[in-house]
Amino acid sequence: MTQATLYALTGLGLVGLGLYALIVRAHLLRKVLAFNVIGSGVFLVLIGLARRTPAGAPDPVPQAMVLTGIVVAVAATALAVVLMLRLRAATGRITLDDSPGD
Amino acid sequence: MDRGSGGKVDRGGSQDASLGFRLGLGVLLLALLGGLGLAVLSLPAQAPGLAPAVGARMAQSGVEHQVTAVLLNFRAYDTLLELAVLLLALLGVWSLAPAPRGDDSAPGPVLATLGRLLAPLMILMAGYLLWVGAQAPGGAFQAGAVLGAAGVLARLSGCRLPVRLAGWPLRLTLVLGVLVFAVIGVGVIPLGGSLLAYPPAWAGGLILVIETAATLSIAALLTALFLGGRP
Repeated sequence: MTQATLYALTGLGLVGLGLYALIVRAHLLRKVLAFNVIGSGVFLVLIGLARRTPAGAPDPVPQAMVLTGIVVAVAATALAVVLMLRLRAATGRITLDDSPGD
Repeated sequence: MDRGSGGKVDRGGSQDASLGFRLGLGVLLLALLGGLGLAVLSLPAQAPGLAPAVGARMAQSGVEHQVTAVLLNFRAYDTLLELAVLLLALLGVWSLAPAPRGDDSAPGPVLATLGRLLAPLMILMAGYLLWVGAQAPGGAFQAGAVLGAAGVLARLSGCRLPVRLAGWPLRLTLVLGVLVFAVIGVGVIPLGGSLLAYPPAWAGGLILVIETAATLSIAALLTALFLGGRP
């Protein structure tokens, strides 16, 4: 196993942990955090696999994609947290209620 | 650990999924991850990816660092739209609520001193990162993130944007990155033949102008997102 695959597999592990928490946890802040963990895992997979170049210097294209992705993830997290706060201000709940007819 | 603040707010812990559901989900996720893991392990140990293609065109890019060349030249479309996404996220935040009043009490001595010491260094660091992006890791996003962090630190230390700057100067800073990027991108069409195709002779200068505008916008956007509402 090379270093690149080790990083990629670790990233997959993060995606799995985040996906589990995203589905199981009801609290919206935990869902937002889980979403960030998934994103970090995806970034780690991309960066890890970009190291497999024969020349040694990593492939710059995935690096550029991750660089923009990180900033977008921060912005999306801020929007999600503000949505969550609005939901709480409007309904007093911090979870999504999926019971019908409410 | 619910300390019962009013008792009305549901913290969500009671609505987490049941044990049986979790077990089934765990098995499904393990199967999914196993498949993905096998896919990763079956990849060739060496793959050049797009590195040779980028390396072959570096001379036309106007910069010497490959990541910056990809971000601001070869895939400039991505970066332009990404700045637009940041702006959209802020519009979403602003449309939801006015900014919370925030805590205007004087910060503790540690935070106040830290802010005074670090903020100038962070501004200097952002300028360095912006400039060095042409040859080494750095560029608009790193510089913008550091400058945005300086803005967050300043807000935490009790600074507020003066009212006279909170109107159109703030909005202009927020859209500056997209605006400059788009104007230059469209402006080079008669010269290069297509959107964002800079003439190689001018590429270095144009990229620096775009990156400077993008740095200011990213920093302002990140700080404004931290404030969490329309000022």
